Amino acid sequence: MSKTVVIKGGKIINHDGELRADVRIENEIVVEVGANLKGDVELDASGCIVTSGFVDLHAHLREPGKEEAETIETGSRAGALGGYTALVAMPNTDPPQDSVAVIDFVREQGKRAGLVDVIPSGCITLGRQGETLAPMAELAQAGVNFFTDDGFGVQDASLMRRALEYARGLGVTLAQHCEVAELTKGAVMSECQCCTDLGLPGWPAIAEELMVFRDIELVRITGATMHFLHLSTARSVDLVRAAKRDGLPITAEVTPHHLSLTQELLASYDSVYKVNPPLRSNDDIRALKIGLLDGTIDAIATDHAPHPRRDKEMSLDMAPPGMLGLETALGVVLAFGDLEIKDVVALLSWNPARIAKIDNAHGRPIAVSEPANICIFDPELSWSVDLQRLASKSINSPYVGRTLRGKVRHTIFRGTPTVIDGQAQK
Amino acid sequence: MSTYASLNSPHEVMSATDVRRAIVRIAHEIIERNHGIEGLAIVGLQRGGTWIAEAITKQINEIESSVTVPVGALDVSLHRDDIGIRPVSLGAITDIPFDLTGATVVLVDDVLFTGRTVRAAMEGLNNFGRPRAVQLAVLIDRGHRELPIRPDFVGKNLPTQKDDDVSATSDGVRITAMNASGK
Amino acid sequence: MKHLRSIDELGHSGLLEILQLTDHMTEINQRPVPKVPALRGRTVASLFFEDSTRTRLSFETAAKRLSADTLTFNVSTSSVNKGESLRDTVATITDMGVDAFVVRHKSVGIPWQIEQWTKASIINAGDGAHQHPTQAIVDCYTIREATHTARFDGMQITIVGDIKHSRVARSNIQAFSMLGAKVTLVAPPTLLPPDVSHWPVDVNHHLDEVIPTSDVLYMLRLQSERMSQGHVPTLREYSEQYGLTQKRVARLRDSAIVMHPGPMNRGVEMQIDPSDVKNSLIHRQVANGVSVRMAVLFDLLGSGANLGGQA
Repeated sequence: MSKTVVIKGGKIINHDGELRADVRIENEIVVEVGANLKGDVELDASGCIVTSGFVDLHAHLREPGKEEAETIETGSRAGALGGYTALVAMPNTDPPQDSVAVIDFVREQGKRAGLVDVIPSGCITLGRQGETLAPMAELAQAGVNFFTDDGFGVQDASLMRRALEYARGLGVTLAQHCEVAELTKGAVMSECQCCTDLGLPGWPAIAEELMVFRDIELVRITGATMHFLHLSTARSVDLVRAAKRDGLPITAEVTPHHLSLTQELLASYDSVYKVNPPLRSNDDIRALKIGLLDGTIDAIATDHAPHPRRDKEMSLDMAPPGMLGLETALGVVLAFGDLEIKDVVALLSWNPARIAKIDNAHGRPIAVSEPANICIFDPELSWSVDLQRLASKSINSPYVGRTLRGKVRHTIFRGTPTVIDGQAQK
Repeated sequence: MSTYASLNSPHEVMSATDVRRAIVRIAHEIIERNHGIEGLAIVGLQRGGTWIAEAITKQINEIESSVTVPVGALDVSLHRDDIGIRPVSLGAITDIPFDLTGATVVLVDDVLFTGRTVRAAMEGLNNFGRPRAVQLAVLIDRGHRELPIRPDFVGKNLPTQKDDDVSATSDGVRITAMNASGK
Repeated sequence: MKHLRSIDELGHSGLLEILQLTDHMTEINQRPVPKVPALRGRTVASLFFEDSTRTRLSFETAAKRLSADTLTFNVSTSSVNKGESLRDTVATITDMGVDAFVVRHKSVGIPWQIEQWTKASIINAGDGAHQHPTQAIVDCYTIREATHTARFDGMQITIVGDIKHSRVARSNIQAFSMLGAKVTLVAPPTLLPPDVSHWPVDVNHHLDEVIPTSDVLYMLRLQSERMSQGHVPTLREYSEQYGLTQKRVARLRDSAIVMHPGPMNRGVEMQIDPSDVKNSLIHRQVANGVSVRMAVLFDLLGSGANLGGQA
């Protein structure tokens, strides 16, 4: 006895075209697309875009282990408010997601919250220690097809090679946080003039690029599928572009903050701007945007990284890196990304759904008999972040005081509205 | 009967000649009061009193040419108990190149007003030693004392309103009324 | 001016103001009773998260000479780590009624961060490798005193050593340039930041080339850890290439000044005893420390706070 939900007066954007029509949803699927539809719940979508719900390839939900920063429930709610219907949960939890027990727990918590599909990723190495491989086959059998040690890169080249070979055998995707740790010891921000003035150790661009280059070559010899997390430099984009031209099975993502904020913000001494990889220069931002336009970069992923207020109040060198991202992703990308709306949808929904291999349920066209995971957003609405009203348990958003453009009005997950008029329904 | 000029234009109350004569008279009075110049030391308060102190000392040394009376300058801004009236004048440093202990110190200032500057000066002198006596010479006493301070030697007594501006230089002394009289 | 946290925040006119105020303080320190009531009733709290007896004592003496009350919090390094303690410490001390904090911390930016937790004035006694503004003011004052010039136009100042990790260097580069000096940095490339092209300096990797033309030779301390971090092969090699040796002293101009912020690593950057160096002003740097800090405290807390608006 589920209610029928009707989305009224919006503009549907699908892969193959756009149309103005109402959408009727029943029992978790779209049952009708047409004019003047009626239903039990009617959602006003006038002035809005109606499209498939967003998929985040990169969210830190902190549970288990750091529940004071975020839980799977609060993170899911933040995601739903941001238009997301699926989140890939990063494995740097405590205990880490390198065992079936933890994977099942995370999945269960996601189901219990019932706001988005929580897709747990697995670790590449046991405990993310970078020494031995995690039991990838066992995890794959438990449904994991995306593995990363995110937070660290796998430093040992021969171990990474083994991991890729093993992954190829399983048909799963490995994702890399590219950072050569020896080059970034103690680094707090990008290596640039600003960090020279502050007397802080910097994170040189080559620390990322060297690992991007290495892994591209390892993919070349192993044939495994690789996804590059949060690329941040112009040269990384060039390397991935060349690799794709060579037909290698590589995908890449960029975060909203790397498209909109620059390294000079660290001169405010505010560790809300501290993130790994660090904020970079305007030239890097330009190159990343070109990479989005020409398809070198496939997806925008938030790298949503909540930290308790106390941790972010520490000095620049002591504070943990990371920023919130789920609730602001759309607003930042539309305000600063210089992208067409259709491209934004591809980057936030269709492409990441494919990369996460959940495109049977997410990133689908809005059409009859398709699963109803839908995001309805107003692309013109100007708004700014109110820390009191964030659904996330943490408040480390770098966008306080900045005007964003584009806000989610309603989100529908498996046919049920999780967000109506910007309010979470549970 | 008002001796004030119209608002905001200065009114001269002592000419250059009047000032010169007052300084000569004060020099004589100092010598007379102290029965000579033995143990005498003149200290001008930065900034307004230093030129007068120099002038008085020169005069005294001309009158009594046997011994030279020393003159110094004292910056009281760091001894004040109130903010703002005489802030630190950068460069106007204290210079007292002689021992004050046992001396009769004549403090010299241009205008005596609330008395707080002189109080601060007396405290400042303590940093340098213990004078036998401290006397006060001022070119103008304009009233409105807030402390029990009285001058020993005065160039001219000048009744003023509290917010009038009084300026004293070797070219003369001028008053500028800041408010209509009677307010 | 509410805080003294960096030379660039202080600005050129602020720097000149403090230098001139210091003359007043120098005179006071020469009096038989070197004490004035200017900051009576004010409280100055030292928050030193890094060991430094000399700087802390210098500030405390300065406060006392101005009749201020002092509070000392010597926070041991082990309890330093959590931002929570820092915030609590600052807020608690503020509640006790404090007018100024003098803060030294190994983390860059602390003097700016604590501003949100207190209304007191903040004086930076050193934040990581970022800034040490009072040291720079002491150094400028010392040079002025020795050369009797208010500006340093045409002066060639050479700073030698671990620039990369030196807050003294960063503050001094700004201060010396503001006063018109030409600054040259001498260090191996590993001890320079990766990119100094936007700094108003020349760079030379060979000390012997700049010795004959230097008016001021400013030696920085090299910490022994730098060797284990791969910045220099051995301390001995560093000392040979960049240390102040007998030979180098002999090649200095007669009028050249030698300075060092202290403490010294004898045998490393100083192979020769500074008391044997004719033009060493290291002892003046120490002596001027109290006067400069008195000027800073008075400028922030005393009638000097009104200096800006007065004629």
